[in-house]
Amino acid sequence: MLFKNVLLGIFVLFSVLGCSEQKLDSKPTINIWHWMTDRDPTFQELAKKYETLTRVKINFELYAPSDAYTQKIRAAAQGMNLPDVFGILGEKRDFASFVKAGHILDLTSYMEANNNSWKNSFFPKALAVNEFGPQNSYGINPGIFGVPIDIMTIQMVYNKKLLAKLGLDPNRPPKTFQEFLDVGAKIQAAGIQGLVSGWGEVWMINCLANNYAFNVMGEDKVLATIKGEVAYTDPDWIKVFTIFKQMKDSGVLAQGLVTMINKSAEQLFANEKAVFAFNGSWCVNVYKGMNPGLEYGAMLPPEASDKFPMAIWGGAGSSFMVNARSKNKEEAVKFLIWLMDQDQQAYLAAATNNLPANKNSLSKIPEILAQFARGMDYATHPNVWGVSEFSLVIEAFDRGIQSIIIGEKTPEQVAGEVQKIKERELAKRRTN
Amino acid sequence: MKIKDTLENYVFVLPAVVIFSIFYIIPFIWVFQLGLFEWDGISFTKVFVGLANFKEIFLQDNNWWQSIWNAGYITLIALTFQNILVFMLAWACDREIRMKNFYRVIFFIPPVLSEIVVGMVWRFIINDIEGANIINRMLAAAGFPNLMHHWLSDPKTVLTTVAIVHCWKGFGWGFLIFLAGLQTIPHQLYESARVDGANAWQSMKKITIPLMIPVMVLVAILTVLGSMQAFALILGLVGGEFAGHTSVPVLRILASMRSSSPRFGYACAQGISFGMILVIISFIQYRFSKKGQ
Repeated sequence: MLFKNVLLGIFVLFSVLGCSEQKLDSKPTINIWHWMTDRDPTFQELAKKYETLTRVKINFELYAPSDAYTQKIRAAAQGMNLPDVFGILGEKRDFASFVKAGHILDLTSYMEANNNSWKNSFFPKALAVNEFGPQNSYGINPGIFGVPIDIMTIQMVYNKKLLAKLGLDPNRPPKTFQEFLDVGAKIQAAGIQGLVSGWGEVWMINCLANNYAFNVMGEDKVLATIKGEVAYTDPDWIKVFTIFKQMKDSGVLAQGLVTMINKSAEQLFANEKAVFAFNGSWCVNVYKGMNPGLEYGAMLPPEASDKFPMAIWGGAGSSFMVNARSKNKEEAVKFLIWLMDQDQQAYLAAATNNLPANKNSLSKIPEILAQFARGMDYATHPNVWGVSEFSLVIEAFDRGIQSIIIGEKTPEQVAGEVQKIKERELAKRRTN
Repeated sequence: MKIKDTLENYVFVLPAVVIFSIFYIIPFIWVFQLGLFEWDGISFTKVFVGLANFKEIFLQDNNWWQSIWNAGYITLIALTFQNILVFMLAWACDREIRMKNFYRVIFFIPPVLSEIVVGMVWRFIINDIEGANIINRMLAAAGFPNLMHHWLSDPKTVLTTVAIVHCWKGFGWGFLIFLAGLQTIPHQLYESARVDGANAWQSMKKITIPLMIPVMVLVAILTVLGSMQAFALILGLVGGEFAGHTSVPVLRILASMRSSSPRFGYACAQGISFGMILVIISFIQYRFSKKGQ
């Protein structure tokens, strides 16, 4: 009996000491999953710095490529084992599904604390991507659900040497669509490639087409189309489709553009084989790695109409979300506040050539990055429109433009096909 | 005693049945069940839609049927061009030719490589802008400059190009199986035929082909299953579906799962439908081969 009591006493003593040890000394480990290969070494350095400052261990785990990362995040969400902090790649509807399923913490109260000090440090358009406004179509309570770690804009870039070779002013790229088309003939005569981009992966076609849709018909009409109030057979939409036919006919598009992946497009532009590229601001880092001496500038896509301003896709490049079910969510938020601070953001921008999301960090960045940053004035993004197009309509739209470029279909045919699918999806939604 | 024997047998079989059920039967039933729902893969709520997904696949989804057609075209080329050539090469290597072991190794290299790698290497070989343009250069050097072409960016040639690269990749498996089959035919049969005055063609027609029919059926079924499910090679070669010209069923299933508004339920229904199509094709092939025998 005595022996049993002694044993029990030792067990209780060890348990109590064990518990108190844990409570007094241990700091949590924050697990962060991401897909950003180029930023991983810098993240690791910042994690070490934060651990030195706070004794909180930050464990950045890289899962690349982005497709594999997306699948991993989805599987983790289904298995309820998401990390403390993670990013979501995809459309707003996807993001909304994560919020609805209770996977993402509402950060509004943290953003608005101390007179909105955290919120005000970001570019508003970068924050908007992570925000759900009042009466959003996704049925989410209004709030901010993500932290932009950098910003991006998708624009055109031009090679200064090749423009000069074509007899054009290397510091004055084409401004109007007609000027752009006129370069096509010169490109053909010189035997070089015109515009390169990752149009084999189609979403970049969608991006440029939307840019021109905003330019030709304005934001209200584009959104009205998504809502089903304007048909894709409208003359303005046919004009948007026709822009791609005109580009093809003028010779300004590179050969094989519809099967080109973005990596190949980046190689062609960096190796000075193509005059123009349509690419995101992340390309600055990519081109620097491929050809440090490349002389190029960024420009908005040349305007096809003077009725409405040109719009480009931009906003939050990558964002981090906090797992609402994480037991370390408070520590995770503290780390994100530190990571988004001016000094860390400037360090991240300098090391990775990405545009910082903290607007106070913009003062000392290279000129090419500043050109991309200036594009933020024209930035929009499907994730801030509040409405989403049906995925089948987007697919038909993108495929249709590919068909126009390879000369298989006319703009009118494509417009008709897209509208047919749109009507089918609208009818399906009504019956549901 | 009999009951004890029966129970004992069941106990021996049980581990295999459990593993098979966990990793095959239950996932299959689950995928079928998900095919009856509209679900984005993330939300907790799934909307039961009955057979609506299957109805949409069979009656409305033209892209799906185009992908089946494209996969069928690749399969047809693999069944004919690839398998006939493979059979002839295996037959040649089965005979006493010089360096036959070297050929055996060479023919087996392509299947060992990853499909994505093969796709990207061939993209580099074929492509005229991004790549080395080797095929066109060879055509020009051989005196056929008029045959030079944008093989991967022309909708008329892209699928055939994909099919030929797929055949190159799949060459080795068929070669190995045919060679193994040919080596099981007793050489005395050929010697007897030669004594009876049969020439090489008659030996092939009367001995080799009849005895190789079961092997041919096996190779044909494996070719159909492999070719219909090809997709990584296409991603490596042309980056995607190229306005539908290179879309295949697996890419369509992936598109349903990865679109801006993912449809996991629909993707599951596509997977089940595709599986059924493959089972039916394999069954028909098997029945035909039985009749042939």
